[in-house]
Amino acid sequence: MLPEADLARIYRSLRLIRRAEEETARVYPSDKIKSPVHLSIGQEAVAVGICDVLRPDDVVSGTYRGHAAYLAKGAPLKGMMAEMFGKATGAAGGKGGSMHLVSAEHNVLGASAVVGTSIPAAVGYALALKREGKGRVVAAFFGDGATEEGVFYESLNFASLHRLPILFVCENNGFAIHTPLSKRWASPAICDRVKGFGMPAQQIADGDVFAIRDAASRHIAAMRDRTGGPAFLECFTYRWREHVGPAEDYDAGYRDRQALTPWQTGDQVARVAGMLPADARKRIEDEVEREIAEALDHAETSPWPDPKELLKDVFAD
Amino acid sequence: MSSLTDGSRILKYVDALCEGMGQEMEADPSVFVFGLDVDDHKAIQGSTKGLLQRFGAERVFNTPLSEDAMTGVAIGAAMAGMRPIHVHIRMDFLMLCMNQIVNIAAKARYMYGGSVKVPMVVRSMIGKSWGQGAQHSQGLHSMFMHVPGLKVVAPSNAHDVKGAMITAIRDDNPVIFVEHRLLYGTEAYVPEAPFEVPFGKARITRPGKDVTLVGISNMLVECLRAAELLAEVGIEAEVIDPISLVPLDFDTIFASANRTGRLLVVDNAWMNCGASAEILARMGESMDRPVKMKRMGFAPTTCPTSPPLEALFYPNPATIATAAREMLEPGAPAWDPESERAKLTYQTQFRGPF
Repeated sequence: MLPEADLARIYRSLRLIRRAEEETARVYPSDKIKSPVHLSIGQEAVAVGICDVLRPDDVVSGTYRGHAAYLAKGAPLKGMMAEMFGKATGAAGGKGGSMHLVSAEHNVLGASAVVGTSIPAAVGYALALKREGKGRVVAAFFGDGATEEGVFYESLNFASLHRLPILFVCENNGFAIHTPLSKRWASPAICDRVKGFGMPAQQIADGDVFAIRDAASRHIAAMRDRTGGPAFLECFTYRWREHVGPAEDYDAGYRDRQALTPWQTGDQVARVAGMLPADARKRIEDEVEREIAEALDHAETSPWPDPKELLKDVFAD
Repeated sequence: MSSLTDGSRILKYVDALCEGMGQEMEADPSVFVFGLDVDDHKAIQGSTKGLLQRFGAERVFNTPLSEDAMTGVAIGAAMAGMRPIHVHIRMDFLMLCMNQIVNIAAKARYMYGGSVKVPMVVRSMIGKSWGQGAQHSQGLHSMFMHVPGLKVVAPSNAHDVKGAMITAIRDDNPVIFVEHRLLYGTEAYVPEAPFEVPFGKARITRPGKDVTLVGISNMLVECLRAAELLAEVGIEAEVIDPISLVPLDFDTIFASANRTGRLLVVDNAWMNCGASAEILARMGESMDRPVKMKRMGFAPTTCPTSPPLEALFYPNPATIATAAREMLEPGAPAWDPESERAKLTYQTQFRGPF
């Protein structure tokens, strides 16, 4: 078992994402959030496990379901909430919304709402980092649906050809919106497909945050000392809520609530909480609640963007 | 070799283009060139010639046939502080890059709240003649003009292609750089030292008082030839080269057309929703006196390969001159400008100085 300080850090990150997302869902019906939200509830462990072994100067590329990766990399909740409220203090000044979270300061690349399209940009960033030669790496998150886009395979090939320092992380939650893998993949062996490009590929089927962390740590260490090129992780996970929006949708007919049960039983947020002493756990939970309350207040009280912002930053000067 | 006192020499378009890239690569180590065939023996018709030898394989490299991902790679590298030049030997291939260019490159600056820059150049060449046909001949610049966040330039001569390439590389935005294959061999006076051709500043290439001709890309050359033909029948055409389409120096076009009372825009592209449509629409919105307007471009069909059909597909100096004359003298008797000269217009040189 990891030392308590590590557990505390990991729990804080898991708990922050879970609770921030629950609060987002709670606030959502008030219509204060002016952005479609794709919640990370249930998928926290993938982002947290990977980002826990990244350095501050490493780079993360996320998706439109990107709250978890953004927060796990250490980018501020205030900026995320204000962004969802459409406020001037948001991560993108209120111009991007939930689907385009970004933080240059925390090396979070901007996310895209077009599935798979952020993957090659992450590869291009890794090319620049390889040229830079400081041992920095990119972790690129994407869903199972993104692996069906041609650009995914083009990106794997180029990253492997040039042995770029990039960890491809497939968050496989089994659904592209409402369509299950069985209707989309001729074969479930995504790791075998990726291995064909000449890089290691590993499946982590149980959502274990520590297993994910270990795998990431191993591959990233090899990239940093230049013995390894790109690597691929397929992390099974489960989307507890609907594709977009705050609600559950187990009555919609495309999936059964029974499928959720093992993921709730094995919930990593609760699991890591249980590994901490009660007082440490309480302290973290209180901090997280305070941070969320402050972020919501910040989002509520922040100003709207100035009208002149409409045409600002179409071009860089 | 001829030269002017300012250090200009006569250079071919292709060599001036290559010189511009090479000088910026020399000056800025973050500049790199990549794309299909940039480092092979043909060197994109010579436009990347010698760059591999000078700057090495980390800065000049071939890619897999993965235009979609390679555009994303350029974007990511640009966001990381590099200045990629992504080369496509035909503009038609940019259709494989559209998602990355339109959904990411054009929007990143804005949708990420001004926190990133995407300084990249997308070079692409328009083909013409000798049966280039349906998918090697398209001028698709208007598709990129439509999307906020992209700059679009189409230099028509060796001087401008060097200066505009240097400007494009130094620009902090994605620039769609439109080249025309038939311009590659044309010559002009080009300064040896690095220089910028500013975007958003058109050039009056030939002054005149009777009709304003705006020529885009190699249609500028065709317009210059048309102006010569028109001069033979006493018509003085003013010929304007917009050089950059986004930003567009509409003021220069407006002032000229307002003066001549006639505006003919000739594009190396289709007219529907095209650059010619945009320029005439702006004129229509802005004019404070009646201005007669017309546009010419590709025939509204796919480019055929058979020479007689291909000849009909494109405007040429004779058809341009005839159309311009009709604007001045509607119903004038039929006129057959010296069509023999019109045939080989792309070989005609306009060398400046600028």
